[in-house]
Amino acid sequence: MHRFANPARFLKIARPLTGWLFWPGLLLLLAGSACGLFVTPADYLQGQTVRILYIHVPAAWLGMGGWSGIAIAALMQLVWKHPLAAVAGRAIAAPGALFTAICLMTGSIWGRPTWGTWWEWDGRMTSMLVLFFLYLGYIALGNASARQAQQGGVSNVTAIFGLVGAINIPIINRSVVWWNSLHQGPSITLRGSSIDGSLLWPLGLTLLGFTLLFGAIVLMRMRAILAQNKVEARMQRLARG
Amino acid sequence: MNQWAFVIAAYAVTLAGTAIVSVVSWRAMRGAEKRADQVSDRT
Repeated sequence: MHRFANPARFLKIARPLTGWLFWPGLLLLLAGSACGLFVTPADYLQGQTVRILYIHVPAAWLGMGGWSGIAIAALMQLVWKHPLAAVAGRAIAAPGALFTAICLMTGSIWGRPTWGTWWEWDGRMTSMLVLFFLYLGYIALGNASARQAQQGGVSNVTAIFGLVGAINIPIINRSVVWWNSLHQGPSITLRGSSIDGSLLWPLGLTLLGFTLLFGAIVLMRMRAILAQNKVEARMQRLARG
Repeated sequence: MNQWAFVIAAYAVTLAGTAIVSVVSWRAMRGAEKRADQVSDRT
């Protein structure tokens, strides 16, 4: 992993990889959304609103996956002092917060016709809202402690916050099992899916599409931070004469 | 309310949010890399 600690080596891979992730990701998510909107049948109970599944589930996956990425990056920063891990943590935070917000909003929109309410303070929704606040805290702490950070990444204090906040991920995952909830139980597990195949298949397309797009966005943000570092380093060298 | 109104609202929020974060990230990357290239040329 330390082979990629050199920004020049990382950029050599990141530059072509950004496009390779972005365009197929965009194509897959548009194709999956179109199939979910116009090809699959309506659900016998939920009717047309079941189509929100194809965007709500990928948003939840990216919100939780984003924080898992932050926690892994924090571990690499704190234990192995990997210089790009801090940059990766900072790059993940904003898109992770956005997809968590999208998950909350699409869930709320889906809840109104399905449950008869926009919001319920149950385990799943509350723990997801906590994740959104954790993201905001991580971004704020990262910005506030930017002076202590190295090479445009996040400070060690922010990395510790990222690592501790990961406790919320298994809580979100198990919340529908541990507590009574309006939210349905786990419908896709390692043992299979309780969703009929005729409704499920576009979800694979949107999940993969959003994941590739998320990867491309993180790479773009990492490239922006590394380029900004380069500018700042040059300006400091010029100022010193 | 028509069920499609909820579906359209959910897709609009998602696609708008994804488009905004993609464009903002791309512009930030292009701007920063352009500035980095300019500084490299100057030195």
